[in-house]
Amino acid sequence: MLLNIKNLHVAINGKEIIKGLNLGVNKGEVHAIMGPNGTGKSTLAAAITGREGYDITQGEIWYKGKNIVEMPAEERANEGIFLSFQYPVEIPGVSMTNFMRTAINAQREYRGQAPIQAGDFLRMMEEKKKLVDIHEKLTNRSVNEGFSGGEKKKNEIFQMAMLEPTLAILDETDSGLDIDALKVVARGVNQLRTSENAFVVITHYQRLLELIVPDFVHVLFDGKIIKSGGRNLALELEEKGYEWIKQEHLV
Amino acid sequence: MNPIESNQLPLDEMLISSYEMSRETIVRGDISKVELMRDTALQHFKTNRFPDSTHEKWKNTEIENLTCEDFVQLIEPAQADRNMDELFRCEVHNFDTEIVSMLNGWYHDSNEKLRTLPDGVVVGSFKAAMNAYPALFEQYYGEIAQNTLNGFTAINTALVQDGVFIYVPDGVNARKTLQIIKMIDLEENLFVQNRNLIILGRNSSLSLMHCDDSINQHSSLVNTVTEIFVSEGARFELYKLQNLNDQSGLVNTTFIRQMADSTVKTNTLTFNCGLIRNTIHINLDGSGAHADVLGLYLMDKSQHVDNQIRINHNQPNCTSNELFKGILDDQASAVFNGYIHVARDAQKTNAYQNNNNILLKPTATINTKPFLEIYADDVKCSHGATIGQLDQDAMFYLRSRGISKANARLLLMYAFASDIISEISIEPLRNRIDDMVKKRLRGELSVCEKCVLHCGSPEKEYHFDIDYSKL
Ligand SMILES: Nc1ncnc2c1ncn2[C@@H]1O[C@H](COP(=O)(O)OP(=O)(O)OP(=O)(O)O)[C@@H](O)[C@H]1O
Ligand SMILES: [Mg+2]
Repeated sequence: MLLNIKNLHVAINGKEIIKGLNLGVNKGEVHAIMGPNGTGKSTLAAAITGREGYDITQGEIWYKGKNIVEMPAEERANEGIFLSFQYPVEIPGVSMTNFMRTAINAQREYRGQAPIQAGDFLRMMEEKKKLVDIHEKLTNRSVNEGFSGGEKKKNEIFQMAMLEPTLAILDETDSGLDIDALKVVARGVNQLRTSENAFVVITHYQRLLELIVPDFVHVLFDGKIIKSGGRNLALELEEKGYEWIKQEHLV
Repeated sequence: MNPIESNQLPLDEMLISSYEMSRETIVRGDISKVELMRDTALQHFKTNRFPDSTHEKWKNTEIENLTCEDFVQLIEPAQADRNMDELFRCEVHNFDTEIVSMLNGWYHDSNEKLRTLPDGVVVGSFKAAMNAYPALFEQYYGEIAQNTLNGFTAINTALVQDGVFIYVPDGVNARKTLQIIKMIDLEENLFVQNRNLIILGRNSSLSLMHCDDSINQHSSLVNTVTEIFVSEGARFELYKLQNLNDQSGLVNTTFIRQMADSTVKTNTLTFNCGLIRNTIHINLDGSGAHADVLGLYLMDKSQHVDNQIRINHNQPNCTSNELFKGILDDQASAVFNGYIHVARDAQKTNAYQNNNNILLKPTATINTKPFLEIYADDVKCSHGATIGQLDQDAMFYLRSRGISKANARLLLMYAFASDIISEISIEPLRNRIDDMVKKRLRGELSVCEKCVLHCGSPEKEYHFDIDYSKL
């Protein structure tokens, strides 16, 4: 199993948000996580990617055969974990190009490879930009600074394409995207899908899951996964909302 | 060499008695205006003495920690016991400057005391210039430096030993950047009084770099007063590089008068020093004048920097843009005091003032006070100050892409500093400063062995882990 989360408890400032969560993801799979607002989806993503301040009070996160709960964020990233942020961060003064080159070189150093040649890097940027339909101008600007909501989300997928992760978590990458941009993002994800990597897609909408077809759909509620099913579960949720599952859960 | 010993007297008493005992030597070669001003200034000094932290304007800068030390003063130049030409050679790639050297407060002899460059710019020793250009001294010397400002300016006027004189005649565009390299190298604690007089004629232009360095580990206190006159339509750029040892004190007071349609850009880059007090007073005395007053300070250990900026908008249609940024580590402390005064007649003034700080540790401190005083009604003014830590969201974002914590910190600090660096319009200088900032942020910039810009020999040019080379 690529990712195996066992009885995970996560607290922020002493307040427990994730309350005993289990999730297993194999290579080649796409998992969708759905659930009402404020139930802990982004918290789970932060815990997997190693954000400081998200205290794992109990449980384990196994990734590629290692329990990574103590591993610093950058090392997890270099091991192939990627997060497409729900709210990408603006970093004035750091150009997209330098940012990406630094990230690529960090990854290469981690793997014992020499820094990337400028020419190779430029070619790589060109190729990946096409994949997500990103304009030249964006890569010359500071990271996310002044990007529109949709541009920020596309930029996340661009970075994902550059870094080619083994496990990508997409946190509401679809929200704020117009229909065309949604297609571009989905196409990007589908082109990156292989039998060797996996995706965890956090979303509120069935629409995305028509384009990125999941193998499993999970409902996260009150810090736990309370229901799992196939892709049809997403359709059912779209139709009926969450109330019936909450009722089922409480019973 | 004839150092005046302290004889255990407090510094102010020592200086007063040195003036009284050695007046004859001190005034030798003075034109009468300079000599007369010494006497009046000494009276000011006797009344006001050195400021200390009980004074409102000095309350966050404990200058008494320096003025209580024992210093010697050189009333005549000391012999250099090293090869100074080697020391003063500046090796910034593709950066050909006209170098003016000052050693221990005295104009350095190896070149003539006063020279006229092929483009017509006159540069040389303050002492030599007053006799060669008495009319310019009559017109400009001491006209904007305020001896009443504080004891440092007063004692400077009284005891001025030497300094740099620059005259750019009307219509002359100085071809090369002028570079003043001031070196302190004496096996004793030295107190230096330097005075610079810089005059730009109408529609002339000049870029000046002013490097303060020390090459030993002795205490020194350098008290520099600079008067700068920028005539109608003239353009002046001033880069101040401050990189002294942790025992050094630097009190740098700059008075600038700008006439109509002139532009001035000052950039104060503080990398290292025990205690620095930078004062910049700008009078915008002609319509359409513009001033950019920028600064960057990167301090750690228990270093202290104090920037006091005063901009007087005395005439209409002038603009000023003030931006100081600082990163403070360890127990370092900084003060920023920005004061913009807009006179009643100064309509259509546009004045912007900002001070941003990052404190890397809770033990670092900043006292910042942007201030506007406006008497005109048709003006656009804004001011602000921020104090913060590195943005934790940005830190996580960078790290989540595999960038190490250390490099993520560097990237963010560098990004913070970059809008000051990008304002350096001389490209080779900008690249070198850029290099210095990266080195400084990594904690690898030491007080240089030689000139402040000798940060590594050219063959072994410094490379940052994070490669910012343009792509
Ligand atoms: N830094 C924080 N301090 C305190 N509480 C927090 C913090 N971050 C998140 N929370 C709380 O944790 C809970 C889960 O938040 P989270 O962002 O994981 O929800 P989500 O499922 O991603 O919601 P949404 O669908 O709206 O994105 C919320 O109640 C939120 O207020
Ligand atoms: Mg969320």
